[in-house]
Amino acid sequence: MNKQRLRALIHKEFLQILRDPSAIAIAFIMPVLLLFLFGYGVSLDAHHIPVAVVVEQNTQASNEFVAGLQESEYFAPISFDNIHDAQQAVINHRVNAILWLRDNFSTNLLSGEVAPVAVLINGTDANNAHLISGYLQGVWQNWLIHYAERQAHAISIPVTSETRIWFNPATRSKDYLVPGLIAVIMTLIGALLTALVVAREWERGTMEALMASPVTISEILLGKLIPYFIMGMGGMILSVAMAVWVFHVPLVGSLFLLLIFSALFLLVALGMGLLISSVAKNQFVAGQIAIIVTFLPAFILSGFVFDIHSMPSIIQGITHLVAARYYVAILQTLFLAGNIWSILLINGLALLLMAFIFLGLTWRRSHKRLD
Amino acid sequence: MMDSPLLFDRVSKTFPRGRDSITALNQLSFTILQGKVTGLLGPDGSGKTTLIRLAAQLLLPDEGAIHLLGNSPTADVSHVFKQLGYMPQRFGLYEDLSVQENLTLYSHLQGLSKEESLSRQHELLKLTNLGPYGERRAGALSGGMKQKLGLACALLRIPQLLLLDEPTVGVDPMARRELWHIIQSLKNHGVTTLMSTAYFDEAEHCDQILLLHEGRLLIQDSPQQLMAALTGRTYLVSQISDHHPIRQLQEILRHRENVQDVRRVTEGIRVLIHKNRTVQQEKGETWLSVSPRFDDVFIDLLGSDGSVTQHPPSSFNTSYIPSPHQSVITVHELSKSFGQFEAVKNVSFTVNKGEIFGLLGANGAGKTTTFRMLCGLLPASSGLLHIDGIDMRHASSLARARLGYVSQKFSLYGNLSCDQNLHFFAAAYGLRGQTKKDRIQWALTEFDLHQYQYVNTDQLPLGIKQRLALSCALLHEPTILFLDEPTSGVDPLARREFWQRINLLASTGVTVLVTTHYMDEAEYCDRLVLMSLGEILAQGTPKEIRQLAKTSNLPEPTMEEAFISLITSHETDFLSHHE
Repeated sequence: MNKQRLRALIHKEFLQILRDPSAIAIAFIMPVLLLFLFGYGVSLDAHHIPVAVVVEQNTQASNEFVAGLQESEYFAPISFDNIHDAQQAVINHRVNAILWLRDNFSTNLLSGEVAPVAVLINGTDANNAHLISGYLQGVWQNWLIHYAERQAHAISIPVTSETRIWFNPATRSKDYLVPGLIAVIMTLIGALLTALVVAREWERGTMEALMASPVTISEILLGKLIPYFIMGMGGMILSVAMAVWVFHVPLVGSLFLLLIFSALFLLVALGMGLLISSVAKNQFVAGQIAIIVTFLPAFILSGFVFDIHSMPSIIQGITHLVAARYYVAILQTLFLAGNIWSILLINGLALLLMAFIFLGLTWRRSHKRLD
Repeated sequence: MMDSPLLFDRVSKTFPRGRDSITALNQLSFTILQGKVTGLLGPDGSGKTTLIRLAAQLLLPDEGAIHLLGNSPTADVSHVFKQLGYMPQRFGLYEDLSVQENLTLYSHLQGLSKEESLSRQHELLKLTNLGPYGERRAGALSGGMKQKLGLACALLRIPQLLLLDEPTVGVDPMARRELWHIIQSLKNHGVTTLMSTAYFDEAEHCDQILLLHEGRLLIQDSPQQLMAALTGRTYLVSQISDHHPIRQLQEILRHRENVQDVRRVTEGIRVLIHKNRTVQQEKGETWLSVSPRFDDVFIDLLGSDGSVTQHPPSSFNTSYIPSPHQSVITVHELSKSFGQFEAVKNVSFTVNKGEIFGLLGANGAGKTTTFRMLCGLLPASSGLLHIDGIDMRHASSLARARLGYVSQKFSLYGNLSCDQNLHFFAAAYGLRGQTKKDRIQWALTEFDLHQYQYVNTDQLPLGIKQRLALSCALLHEPTILFLDEPTSGVDPLARREFWQRINLLASTGVTVLVTTHYMDEAEYCDRLVLMSLGEILAQGTPKEIRQLAKTSNLPEPTMEEAFISLITSHETDFLSHHE
């Protein structure tokens, strides 16, 4: 290892990064775009769902029920005169559900019989349908309790559920999406960008010239690892800063631990990037492989958007090969729950193992030769 | 011979390709001379690049041993990289870095101290005349300047052994001369050089020649010895009357039974006769015995064993005589600017039917821009442009149907076979049914492509690709043929064969417009224009252009000398005018 040569290689790499707009775009503009997209654009919560309300006979009881609906922030009720128009509105996608109080609702209620409330939900989007059904039951339960209080006799519900939501009491989906996104962004810089820049050296013939100089293979690899490690940590710090100050995601755990585990994950990503570029020596192929093998799994199989437990068991097995999975778990824990060592240690060990495997393979596969 | 800096002992190297393997080098043994320049020659695919990469320790031999700079082949050679200078064919310059930054990077990688580095960089910038461009990004340099910078990067620590892989390919004559000057001057520092080249004039200046053919060493000798062996077999032929175009005489001579090779040169037609044959002088011809040149050696050694096809195209009626009154291409005060930059300024010329018309110039002279406007690929900023009577500004697609075009990169589909490429281009030019079948059959026969019919084109040698590209451009029987540096990087034998075909086409009345770097090819043109910095410097027959550069020191300038002197004086004028 020769310090002068390594320094020269790192200096060269930074000059190239500064002058090549595509590197800057991948390292800094893409992360900001993704953060804004997921911070503001994508939300998995349901708010102001349009619901058709058909009340066939206006009574005090039915008015109270509808008022309960209006107060809820989850619904935006729209009144319809008859069920036929409301059904048409579902078909035209103007509303997602119908709440139907028939003309005998109040009569049945007052006479102490069972008063059915009809709920029709558009089930095309299954996830949303579940949410609507759940929220509507919540509204119904609230109304029931109020009604019982006013009637001055408690309705006897033998078992009630008292729900507490931990770690994300406001159930804001951006609070867990934004930390998870950091894993995607670091995969982008560590694997995709690194694979591309090494492939570019092969394409332009600069790698051949380096190979015939006194530079050692370790210097060439470190000359790539160090600059992109710094870039990746820069991207991470930018994302954390935006998460905390722009999107107001709480950072419950320690920032120091976040940095340590991020550095570990970045080594895995860089190892994958360098390994890809030792196989694919042109930018197009390297880019394709990096996207399919690292970026897409980090997006889909890491548990960042889609819950791993609800995947089929084969896919769940595959997620164990995705480094981002372990990092996403660490990120969500550190941001929302705090320094929970049992989770941090297991996932951290998995990352350490993967870093050894990928970097070790890269060092073994790289020779100072062209074949 | 252990004091030779490079010794190959029965070295073989094969590369896997699919299920087969290709033998690049076969039992190769040689040594090169200490402190001398050794030239490595051979047709495309003869193993030149593999040999140089093996010498640079970038590949390991399958068999045999390589002794590099006195080290045993099994020793750890990591320290020899300091004594080695290597310049690959596509030199690895960092295009985003400036000239200065590239030099600094390589001087650090070579482990030079700060003072050494500064003084070497200064010397090299002076030697390469790159001083004024120190701040410029390497990506913005011309091809010749890039090669010079590449060489400078390989020379930062003066190497004991310098390995250069075709350092002068794709470089204009001026830059080529400068590069060659630098290489020769290294002998004073005791540097041993091994360089591959496609230029015979460079081969003549080498101290020793290695000639490779199909991975074997065909011959190793000094160029003088090799040329001396051909004494008495080379002649210069001219005709007494000037009635017929000289290319018809060339065709006649080529078919004579005692003639091995015919070539157009500055003075006339150069003929190489077969060994132990006598001259057959016909009426109206004068034969003058001349001294052999390296081209003759190459043809004699490689062209005679039948492995290099020199299939004479047959089905042409070659009696067309160009008429000076029938202009096919008219260009009048043509200009093109990109923003502030004027790439082409007020260019005017006419090309007559059946002429071979050349567009010559250094890299960046505006040749390609002019060419693209002529093909209707780029709109002109101002000026008139007529092809076959059609105004290219309004009806370029109409004119394009009459054009055949071979681009610099040949524009073939690499993962399609020859046959599939021909079918595609035939369909693209609107050929159908029996006509299409006939024309494809014609192309396969005429260009001797039958044996490559089902081979994917990216596996073909460059020379065959070029033949295929030309046949694709001729499928629709165009009357005008545009060739944009069609021979760049192609080996000398393939280049010569290519020109034979172009010659034949012209003698059937096809008009040919061609750009080229190779000054010897300029002799094949009936007329040509010489461009520099977007303007026409000179226009006329090759002879007229050579005359322009005639001085008392240079009574018989070659085309290359004429080119260099005309361009240098123009650029000096231009610079003094703009300062």
